Amino acid sequence: MKHLLDIGHLGAAQIHHLLDLTDHMVEINQRPMPKVPALRGKTVVNLFFEDSTRTRTSFDTAARRLSADVMNFAVSSSSVNKGESLRDTIETITAMGVDAFVVRHASSGAPQQITKWTTASIVNAGDGWHQHPTQALLDCYTIRTRLGRTTGFDGLHIAIVGDIAHSRVARSNVQAFTALGARVTLVAPPTLLPADITGWPVAVSHHLDALIGEADVVYLLRMQRERMRDALVPSLREYTTLYGLTPARAARLQPHALVMHPGPMNRGVEMAVDPAELPGSTVLHQVTNGVAVRMAVLFELLGSGSEMTTDAVATAGTPETGTRS
Amino acid sequence: MTSLLIINGTVLDQQGERKADVAVADGSIVAVGADLRRDPSFAEAIVLEADGCIVSPGFVDLHVHLREPGREDAETIETGSRAAALGGFTAVVAMPNTEPPQDSLPTIEFVRSQAIRAGLCEVSPAGCITLGRAGEQLAPLGELAAAGVTLFTDDGNGVQDPALMRRALEYAKPLGITLAQHCEVASLTKGAVMHEGSCCSHLGLPGWPSIAEELMVHRDIELCRLTGAAVHFLHLSTVRSVELVRAAKAAGLPVTAEATPHHFTLTDEMLRGFDAVYKVNPPLRTIDDIEAIKQGLRDGTIDAIATDHAPHPPEAKEAPLDQAPPGMLGLETALALALCELDMPLADVIAALSWKPAAIARLDARHGRPVAVGEPANLAVFDPTAEWTVIPSKLASKSRNTPYAGRTLRGKVRHTIFAGTAVVIDGVAQR
Repeated sequence: MKHLLDIGHLGAAQIHHLLDLTDHMVEINQRPMPKVPALRGKTVVNLFFEDSTRTRTSFDTAARRLSADVMNFAVSSSSVNKGESLRDTIETITAMGVDAFVVRHASSGAPQQITKWTTASIVNAGDGWHQHPTQALLDCYTIRTRLGRTTGFDGLHIAIVGDIAHSRVARSNVQAFTALGARVTLVAPPTLLPADITGWPVAVSHHLDALIGEADVVYLLRMQRERMRDALVPSLREYTTLYGLTPARAARLQPHALVMHPGPMNRGVEMAVDPAELPGSTVLHQVTNGVAVRMAVLFELLGSGSEMTTDAVATAGTPETGTRS
Repeated sequence: MTSLLIINGTVLDQQGERKADVAVADGSIVAVGADLRRDPSFAEAIVLEADGCIVSPGFVDLHVHLREPGREDAETIETGSRAAALGGFTAVVAMPNTEPPQDSLPTIEFVRSQAIRAGLCEVSPAGCITLGRAGEQLAPLGELAAAGVTLFTDDGNGVQDPALMRRALEYAKPLGITLAQHCEVASLTKGAVMHEGSCCSHLGLPGWPSIAEELMVHRDIELCRLTGAAVHFLHLSTVRSVELVRAAKAAGLPVTAEATPHHFTLTDEMLRGFDAVYKVNPPLRTIDDIEAIKQGLRDGTIDAIATDHAPHPPEAKEAPLDQAPPGMLGLETALALALCELDMPLADVIAALSWKPAAIARLDARHGRPVAVGEPANLAVFDPTAEWTVIPSKLASKSRNTPYAGRTLRGKVRHTIFAGTAVVIDGVAQR
């Protein structure tokens, strides 16, 4: 695997492989000194054209725990604001000697375009409304561990609720969840669904109440305020009434059901209960697993070629001396 | 002026097809007939071999962006004229979205003078319908019409305000001009990057719905019915647009329409690789839309093939899709795409490239004329079977944004005669 751009490029076997690798990374992260030399000498550049402290920090932590050198490149401090093109930016940084770019961009497809201008690996850290593959992998890992689903998601019913149309998380997760065998229902008003989802392996519902008692996973998406300006919903209040996780709906969840959210949450909007009071809330697990999944991805792309077995990571030896990242 | 002798070709024009040599002198056709080489009066003529070729009236492109004045980094009137000549065009209508826009006499005169300096084809500058193409106030339609401007459009923008469009049509009617509409209801295409459909939904890109075009086509058909003024529809791209225009023509309304080669050859699926060379406005649509455009051209609902030749420099097209400007090159590939893809009789293809657009642009006193003695010598000579491969760096346009790079096409212009001069000989521009 050279790049991670799109969950749709992965098959079930590759997703399982990355999740198996994540198990090892979780183990590393639980060590007193959570650091291995697997990517020593490799340089990873976090190239964030769109603000995202949490995703950048997660990738940053993941790279450092594998002993990679990390450069952070944020758009606000870059020459992009001086009119430099995306291509020139990429070619310039590549010339410094880089093994991987972790790219977040507000434009769908930008990470894929970048692959034409560099020999380095590209990890898509979220592009427009298109894809957020590491989010999908960490969500799969969270479901797999919380529901004990090591071999796949056959028989699981996952409801993805909210603004599907403008969500890269939804697009990636539909592909990942269904690749692993889950049954997925998109729950949203028609205005928040993509214009044409012919061929998507999903069901569609406009009634959260009809599903809330039978879903194994309820995945809430962030509801953005500007959607009201575009006449996609009348008000946040009405959105919460129809599609929010209210106390009444939370009470109808199955005992084992998970409540997931990619963050950051709008408390009182899509998450109209305190997640701390939900036994099935996975919000903080998702964050924790995010670091391990991103370690797995970086290792898969950069770790001494594909010959290295997953066992090699576990024994990649001796934790380095020095401070924690 | 030196005379020209086009020999061994097959003449094809609105009067039919016949084997004939064509002699040109002093800007006009002076003889059409067999074995003109034997005629001693043409002994000094430059001989242009046309064996296996069609000799037809020169082509007329209703829709090109030559970028001058304002964006000479993308194209100039000279480079765009050269691309036109190599494509067999002897006249092009230059869209007015220049900087400054073509909404005043000095800008119009500048474009004309640059075209005359280049001397490769006639460039007929279109005027703006509204000042600055801003959609707020009428441009000086009467003043520009008096100076010979025949086609007006805000291309790139549709005229959004129905009251303004109604007044524009009413005002235009006695001026003997044609208003051409870029049909796009702007509030339905905010931020749009590509056709709204399954592909855009998958890629997570903002969609440009077909209805945004169709609503304005429908509105302007009704305004045409109300005012009786001629309306020309630019670059139609959807099934319903074609149906609406077909019905309007059946009702006898003075509407005309054009379609581009890319809208009858490429679909929105091309965007799956996120290459902005495929971004264009209106966007590439679906296979059903392509079939409707082809059918519209075959049955005459769509009168003309126009290229919407829209050069952009490489760095502009290397931007993320939502930031890259829309548009693609078209002048040098139009004939071949029409011949390869349309499944239409050759005479109908030439009609859609030549005399029908000439009439819409009101250039038909000089262009799209029959190949007959006394007519102005604006001619295209092309080999309909010659195969060639599109190599962007070999195109005459200053830009490289062709979506057909690497494609092998059939049909190539061999000679182009503009105002009696051979501006292209054996596929090579002469100036």
